[in-house]
Amino acid sequence: MKYLLMIYQNPATWQGMPESEKKAFMDEAGAIVDELIASGEWVGGEGLADPSTAASVRVRDGVPAVTDGPFAEAKEQVVGYCIVDCESRDRAIEIAIRWPDARRWGMEVRPILSPDGVEM
Amino acid sequence: MRTDAGTEHLLRELAPQVLGAVVRRYGHFDAAEDAVQEALLAAATQWPVEGMPERPRGWLVTVASRRLTDQLRSDEARRRRETAAALAEPPGPPGPAGQAAAAEDGERASGQDDTLTLLFLCCHPELTPASQLALTLRAVGGLTTAEIARAFLVPESTMAQRISRAKQRIAATGARFAAPPAGEWASRLRVVLHVLYLMFNEGYAATSGGETSRPELTAEAIRLTRAVRGLLPGDGEVAGLLALMLLTEARRPARCGPGGTLVPLAEQDRSRWDQELIGEGLALVTGALTTAPLGAYQIQAAIAAVHAEAATAAETDWPQILALYDLLERISPSPVVTLNRAVAVAMVHGPRPALDLLAALETDERMAGNHRLAAVRAHCHELARDHGAAADEYRAAARTATSIPERRYLEAHAAQLAATAGLARAAGTVGGQ
Repeated sequence: MKYLLMIYQNPATWQGMPESEKKAFMDEAGAIVDELIASGEWVGGEGLADPSTAASVRVRDGVPAVTDGPFAEAKEQVVGYCIVDCESRDRAIEIAIRWPDARRWGMEVRPILSPDGVEM
Repeated sequence: MRTDAGTEHLLRELAPQVLGAVVRRYGHFDAAEDAVQEALLAAATQWPVEGMPERPRGWLVTVASRRLTDQLRSDEARRRRETAAALAEPPGPPGPAGQAAAAEDGERASGQDDTLTLLFLCCHPELTPASQLALTLRAVGGLTTAEIARAFLVPESTMAQRISRAKQRIAATGARFAAPPAGEWASRLRVVLHVLYLMFNEGYAATSGGETSRPELTAEAIRLTRAVRGLLPGDGEVAGLLALMLLTEARRPARCGPGGTLVPLAEQDRSRWDQELIGEGLALVTGALTTAPLGAYQIQAAIAAVHAEAATAAETDWPQILALYDLLERISPSPVVTLNRAVAVAMVHGPRPALDLLAALETDERMAGNHRLAAVRAHCHELARDHGAAADEYRAAARTATSIPERRYLEAHAAQLAATAGLARAAGTVGGQ
């Protein structure tokens, strides 16, 4: 079963962190990615550019409204994601718990809908 | 493998025999498995052009052996370059591949047994089910990594890594290419059957997308289970599992409506069920039930058989199904079995006792987040003609479903019932005035 792991950060806090600490964060996450690749659970994932570079798009009555920045003015924003294919929800949560961002900010684990189903 | 159906069929048949022969001669299951894949690919491209060799199996064994010995030699050369002499020397490279041909005739007879030995190895209890499945499909089924990745909707690199890790784990356990010891035989066979069962289920799930290129895992599961049945004709559970697969597969033509919508069992057009598969499944399960010790797959096959024998949903022998679920719950209790038994209880004794049974499952953490519990509860409310409560439960089930077609089915059913409930309320109001 596939899960989306959304990585949340407070971009302002991140920017204020010393380079060495940022590097430690990224190394820690990188090591987990390597492990997931080796175990055959890694499907994919990427980091996102700063939320200030986002564009939010809505179309109402055929008229597009495009505004700069993310949808919500929340302090924590999605800064990256990964998709894992693993045995259970518990295993996906276990991976999220190890992510360094979970200690400082947070992670969200969401099951990905499968295109398959069985009659009832 | 893009090749004609006849060649592909033969190659898939020969894959485990060739791998068995190579592993028994050289060991190195991991590298041997890669070498056999390469030999199969070479055959798939060369045979259709150059014609099939006189002894296809011998050809594959020779080519795979040559690749393996080349690989082992280059591995060793690299190790010599890279590692300090302090490390223990690995076993030396095997003799020339020419020796292979001499031993071949004696091994031909054991080719069949190799399939089972390979299944035991690929379904090693140390591996996760996902790894057992992937490795079985490759090493015993002869599918390529790309085909397996497509079947499981993951990138090829993910699947390649999963297979490679599985082989490393097997090597780490020190498992040898041999049948498990007598004391473990039965429990190891259970794992093999469970992997085949999972393979079938993975393939049976109807897809809502247009992924027509996904290989048929159900066909592969049936093919491999048939092979195991050929090797263990007296085993009732092997027969039971094969019967369960055939009786379930028989419903395939009827289980999907237009646009990939799911058609529940009760609403399926039974004239579209595959009578040939049903006939074979019925004969198998009847034979097993009368000659072999009872087991969970046989009972599940017997339940599928009762459904298969009902000309219409209304004619289903629910008391018989309930008796079989009682039996299944006794020999193989699980919350999923209880859930299914509740459906039978509802059909025989009515929705109230079934809802009581379901209430006991609500606190079972193994059922937490399982949308089927809410779906069965919804079904019970529907039987009780409490359409409002049924619609609420179907909606709750839809929220927790992680499958697109199942969610669509549950949402549509909830909407339909809510509309009925609304009409009933309106009628009640009008009637009351």
